Amino acid sequence: MSVNHYKSLGSRVFDALNIALLTALALVTVLPLLYVLAGSFATESEIATRPFFLWPEKFVTDTYEYIFGTGTFVRALITTICVTAAGTVVQVMLTFTMAYPLAKRYLPGRALVLNLVIFTLVFSGGMVPTYLVVRDLGLLDSYWALILPLAINPFYLIIVKSFFQELPQALEEAARIDGCNEMGVFFKIVLPLSKPIIATFSLFYAVGIWNDYVSPLLYIDDSGKWTLQVLVRQLTSADAENALAQLDSVFFPAQGLKFAVIVIATLPILFFYPFLQKYFAKGVLIGSVKE
Amino acid sequence: MATDLAPPPVKAVPDPERGPARVPIRTALLRYRWLYLMLVPGLAYFVVFKYLPMYGLTIAFQDFVPFLGYSGSEWVGFKHFEELFTGPDFGRLLSNTLILALLTVIFVFPAPIIVALMLNELRVSVLKRSIQSLIYIPHFLSWTIVASLTYLLFAVDFGVIANFIHEVFGGPRTDYVAQADWFRPIIIMQTLWKSTGWGTIIYLAALASVDPNLYEAARMDGAGRRRQFWHITLPAIRPTIVVMAILTSGNLLDASFEQIWLMTNSLNRSVADVFDSYVYYIGITQGAFSYSTAVGLFKGLAGVVLIFGSNWLAKRLGQRGLF
Repeated sequence: MSVNHYKSLGSRVFDALNIALLTALALVTVLPLLYVLAGSFATESEIATRPFFLWPEKFVTDTYEYIFGTGTFVRALITTICVTAAGTVVQVMLTFTMAYPLAKRYLPGRALVLNLVIFTLVFSGGMVPTYLVVRDLGLLDSYWALILPLAINPFYLIIVKSFFQELPQALEEAARIDGCNEMGVFFKIVLPLSKPIIATFSLFYAVGIWNDYVSPLLYIDDSGKWTLQVLVRQLTSADAENALAQLDSVFFPAQGLKFAVIVIATLPILFFYPFLQKYFAKGVLIGSVKE
Repeated sequence: MATDLAPPPVKAVPDPERGPARVPIRTALLRYRWLYLMLVPGLAYFVVFKYLPMYGLTIAFQDFVPFLGYSGSEWVGFKHFEELFTGPDFGRLLSNTLILALLTVIFVFPAPIIVALMLNELRVSVLKRSIQSLIYIPHFLSWTIVASLTYLLFAVDFGVIANFIHEVFGGPRTDYVAQADWFRPIIIMQTLWKSTGWGTIIYLAALASVDPNLYEAARMDGAGRRRQFWHITLPAIRPTIVVMAILTSGNLLDASFEQIWLMTNSLNRSVADVFDSYVYYIGITQGAFSYSTAVGLFKGLAGVVLIFGSNWLAKRLGQRGLF
């Protein structure tokens, strides 16, 4: 005979406590974000006087009007969007074209290349030697410096390779019989079958570039080429006053600006978040990493 | 016509499950030319942006002058390493890095395990999924955003947390973000906030793969929730914990450069400087390429030793290692 342990008093107390703690954790996670969102629509005086709020007393859009009327912001926003879009295309193309031959177990030399890839996960040249390579290539202060040094994430490459290995070979065989070369098989058969995983990695690469602060820090000097993350940093860091002085306007809502620029840099991520989560929840990545 | 050249006659494509065919290199290059062609761009990336920098590590043993290049600069042996080990900065860098690593092991590493176990006990699935959705969010936010949020929440005059500390514990209002004493707690809090939720995924996956029959059988034998936890749930995630521990140990010295750099200011330098931020500061902003490369190389090698060491240790302790 089994006793229902879930009905005992101790068990119920535990469940209640468990739910309370987890709910608190979830709140701690999202409340700061909601506060920033509310703060971005609040007046300067409200930010200064009310320590915490989720709904502004007086709803204003000053900060956003200011941001979208300022060259620096608009330029950074456009730069970030373009670099993210171009970078994602480059990254996905490079990753998928390289993963396909690596998925062919019969390819002579495959193991060597695979080991070269895996070794980079354990050891790397590090910051300064990489910086020198980028410099020698003449990429300093070029948008390409934000894309090329990160063009292939070795983890993603290995996962895509595993995915290709799982694809049914019969279709590929059929295409080969029809006279397709391997390139044709890849573009006509394999890629159309891989749409969901292409979407997944496009999103991950895009988030990576959008969020990248180190690359612009290392490779971009020209403030005309700042990305959104650099701007966020400039506005909210300890040296914010200097950065604000560089902006091309006299009046600005100084505190609200910090809130609003965080919102703008976060919103696209949160917009895509449901898709990001969907693919991860399916265990796409974890399942394939195990191989 | 292209199809004339197009191999591989179907028979020549071996069974995909088999290893590489043993054919002369020239035959292989010809037969698989399309596959090799597809390999070229990616391989070029790895050569240029991963292996060239590794070759560039040689400047750690030179007095590198950009004008003279890698081959023209003078070789100086271990001079820069001696300078690092005997210099005034090494002790501070090592202890800052190790303290952060230790705090990470104590607070950051167990957090996702605990939360995953708590979520696992939550049987209201709507609530469970909503909580999961919310706590995954910070993983996708950049460190700049996290740092900016920190600055806002700890702002002297209007920051919520600063206010809270002031109201509850009294004392004068201070700028916590600028204080050396608060640097480490803030870094750990940030990491917990950003990575705990996401970190649960891998443990939850391990927990989901436990055969429900095990619990059923345990219940039949009269095991309560606590005993089920100790004898089924915990053993189920032990291999995952070991793998994650090995992976974490390899990254311990990395101490997220991005995160730390964003929180470093002139007042907390004494505790904030770790190897990576030091390399950036000395190498990129001051141009001491050779010396900073030596520092980076030391740190990189220490990381390799750590990851192989913990893998060895895991195997010695009877666990399945990573490799």
